[in-house]
Amino acid sequence: MAGAEPKVTLDLARGLGLTADEYDRIIQRLSREPSYTELGLFSALWSEHCAYKHSRVFLSRLPTRAPHLLQGPGENAGAVDIGDGWAVVFKMESHNHPSFIEPFQGAATGVGGILRDIFTMGARPIAILDSLRFGDPADPKTRRLIDGVVSGISWYGNCFGCPTVGGEIAFAPEYAGNPLVNVMCVGLVRADRIFRARAEGVGNPVFYVGNKTGRDGIHGATMASATFDDEAEAKRPTVQVGDPFTEKLLLEACLEAMATGAVVGIQDMGAAGLACCTSEMPARSGTGMEIELSAVPQREVEMTPYELLLSESQERMLLVGARGRDDELRRVFAKWELDAVKIGEVTAGPDLVVRHHGDEVAHVPVDALADGPRYDKPYAPPPWLAERRAFDPLSLPAPSDYSETLVRLMASPAIASKEWAYRQYDQQVGTNTLVLPGSDAAVLRIKGTRRAIAISTDGNGRQVFLDPRRGAAMAVCEAARNVSCAGGRPLGVTDCMNFGSPERPEILWQFAEAIEGIAEACRALEVPVVGGNVSFYNETSGTAILPTPICGVVGVLEDAGRLATQWFKAAGHRIALLGPDAVSLGGSEYVWTLHQRVAGPLAPLDLETERRVQSAVRAAVGAGLVTSAHDCADGGLAVALAESCVTGVRSGAAACGCEVTVDVGRRLDEALFGEGPSRVVVSVEAARQREFDALMAESAIPWRWIGTTGGERLRVRAAETLVVDVAVDRLDHAWRSGFERHMA
Amino acid sequence: MRFGVVVFPGTWSDCDFHYVISEVMHQPVKYVWHRDRNLADLDCVILPGGFSYGDYLRAGAVAGKSPVVEALREFVAKGGYVLGSCNGFQILCEAGFLPGVLMRNECLQYRCQSSNLLVENVETPFTRGLRAGQVLTMPISHGEGKYYADAATLAELKARHGIVFRYATTDGQVVKAANPNGSVENIAGVVNETGTVLGLMPHPERAAETAMGGTDGLLLFQSLLGTLVEDGSFLKR
Repeated sequence: MAGAEPKVTLDLARGLGLTADEYDRIIQRLSREPSYTELGLFSALWSEHCAYKHSRVFLSRLPTRAPHLLQGPGENAGAVDIGDGWAVVFKMESHNHPSFIEPFQGAATGVGGILRDIFTMGARPIAILDSLRFGDPADPKTRRLIDGVVSGISWYGNCFGCPTVGGEIAFAPEYAGNPLVNVMCVGLVRADRIFRARAEGVGNPVFYVGNKTGRDGIHGATMASATFDDEAEAKRPTVQVGDPFTEKLLLEACLEAMATGAVVGIQDMGAAGLACCTSEMPARSGTGMEIELSAVPQREVEMTPYELLLSESQERMLLVGARGRDDELRRVFAKWELDAVKIGEVTAGPDLVVRHHGDEVAHVPVDALADGPRYDKPYAPPPWLAERRAFDPLSLPAPSDYSETLVRLMASPAIASKEWAYRQYDQQVGTNTLVLPGSDAAVLRIKGTRRAIAISTDGNGRQVFLDPRRGAAMAVCEAARNVSCAGGRPLGVTDCMNFGSPERPEILWQFAEAIEGIAEACRALEVPVVGGNVSFYNETSGTAILPTPICGVVGVLEDAGRLATQWFKAAGHRIALLGPDAVSLGGSEYVWTLHQRVAGPLAPLDLETERRVQSAVRAAVGAGLVTSAHDCADGGLAVALAESCVTGVRSGAAACGCEVTVDVGRRLDEALFGEGPSRVVVSVEAARQREFDALMAESAIPWRWIGTTGGERLRVRAAETLVVDVAVDRLDHAWRSGFERHMA
Repeated sequence: MRFGVVVFPGTWSDCDFHYVISEVMHQPVKYVWHRDRNLADLDCVILPGGFSYGDYLRAGAVAGKSPVVEALREFVAKGGYVLGSCNGFQILCEAGFLPGVLMRNECLQYRCQSSNLLVENVETPFTRGLRAGQVLTMPISHGEGKYYADAATLAELKARHGIVFRYATTDGQVVKAANPNGSVENIAGVVNETGTVLGLMPHPERAAETAMGGTDGLLLFQSLLGTLVEDGSFLKR
């Protein structure tokens, strides 16, 4: 046996990330001192990562109801009904801390974790999207991080066999010491075959399935609930090591086991491993559980109960089977050459009883573990914010050459093509991907139906930094707008909230405001939040990241044949700009690229206009009236037009120029590069112009014709003066090389 | 014509091939488990893409020794057709059905992108419906697709017209810039001496429907069907 266990003291508890209050609370709940193993259970389950201690009071404000919602927050993932008997299951999660410590494995296991969240629901994963944030790619250390993260995602997703179809990569100095790796996965399941993480039926067997347990990742959840200092790399042993091949086997075995009807409930052993599953599953069902740790398949010798419970070894599940059907389950897992071992059973509760070689090592009410402390901590806006927001971007000098400015923006790493990353990802396995990475949203068909789904992720840290509420609402709107531009009706949002330490009032204020913003936007657009993840403590040596809520939206297209992509298809099509004129250079990519400043007010967001613009775009796409539809985002109208000119080349379209007129009425740099919500550029065949006019008249949104596609140049006129005149080839080259030049 | 799509632990293009054969080609098809040795009722066996057995040791090395691949020897000896794509090509080389090996991409990264293939040999059952010099477009998706063979093997391969596809530009120029993985002489696909076993890195099953961006992959299946109709084996069954 292993050596004697450490004596349980307050100091030990503190060393495991618990506070003195929390330690007292544990003693109160148990009416005694916890054992060492029990203390380990509490420290993991009461970590911020597992317990959402600082965020729960706010998260309850998110709208989580809708007629088509099949599963909201609280399970492994959310689910929405897409029609014809099918549902999509989806969720986004962060793996920021592990990815900074060990980029390759950190990102890879981030993919692995979210894949398991999806297939534990009974769904086959059909799409991965990654939302990544890094420091300046010109910095060699950042380059190493980018390379590691992208290779890790590529390695895990490709080997597993789920296509990576989208996402975004953005850069800001605040992410240099704390990159963000948010991974979203979408799975497909029959709407009446969704599985849940429940431990129902007293006497039902509890199976451990999948990979063997080692000492990797012990206290990963606790590590992810603390800020970093210069010693971050010493935490490398808390990062797990992934095996996508085993995950693939686990997927096939789980889906096959579920099809037998012998599976009652199932949960991924993710953060806090066995400890988490054995307490959360019975807690959800009002039951208890008894397990014997010596039965757990192990790949290292002399593991202690503490280690066995807290290991975060990957590719493992806890499965509650139907009594008397053990052999059926064992047969399926044996076919896939995986362990499936009965380690205990469901009890009437209310306790989790853990034994090791027959000796009781933990005996704790499951509710005490699953119901961590909730804090309602003080929050207040940061004192410097008013000044930042009051900055007038028009006090900066206007550029002398708008064509050169546009070229420069197209080459900014945030706007430039991310092909360097996504060509390393299998984008097509499953043969569902109708729109590959590089358009506003990815589109995947649903085989056996006429339907398709559109998926997009978005989140602009600069905007949220300057105005957390509006910025977060804009993130929801932008992701939903991207889905609408593809022709999809948004059905649900998953959000991944990346913030600094919630123990600082200004950070908690950013978080609280961002939640309000997301809630407002979701209510206005009538999309529920189906689940997500909160990642606090994203700071290194006292510097917090930009507050970054990432929103992933999934929408449905009734007719997969009626979809739109963002690039111009041919010359002679009329170009229209839908949406309001209101834009701002505050927090824009333009002010960042040219002046390295993050300041100024954001453009107004009118949620009713947003809703109507999206609905109008969807109607136009659904009626086959538009040949392209593209959201105006980073870089404003000028960049949106330039992207529509160049981005189709990879999909076999020729680059196509355009001639456009902008309204004067405001300073030209603001008109061209100002950013604002609810704006979409579409192109329409000349023959269908009148139909389009009629449809827009019905939609009651502000819009106007602004130009025509064609030629080899992008030209913009303002009051008859040619203000932008640049060869599409140049824009294409700038866009293609802007990010890749740092990585090659 | 009856197709069998082999499933190894870690295979992932199995469902895609199955879909194309049943839903696009409307031919009978079944999955064949890697432990299965019975291939008697099949006309064509597909070795699909993926990471069989995790591609531990070398891509395709473990699968090359699996029961189903052992059974392929008799199947091939009796004139059965075998199409290996991606991991399937790696397995066919590892098992010695085809000469050469597939090594890590020259760029040392995984590549998923469109590729253009110059058709060099139209005398095989898989390519008889094509024109020599025709250029097909199909996606690739691999980390270890750099075909290599020593000079003697290459000479022998060329002498018997074993090179079926080379990476090329859209207008058929076989140049380095068109080669996504650094394979020797831009080789993308080769066939065995009898022409019945074809291996290629690209994915014909991903280029079999207009909605997926092209149908050039379908031409391989159509050629094969034509072959079987003509030689009578299609009608016999």
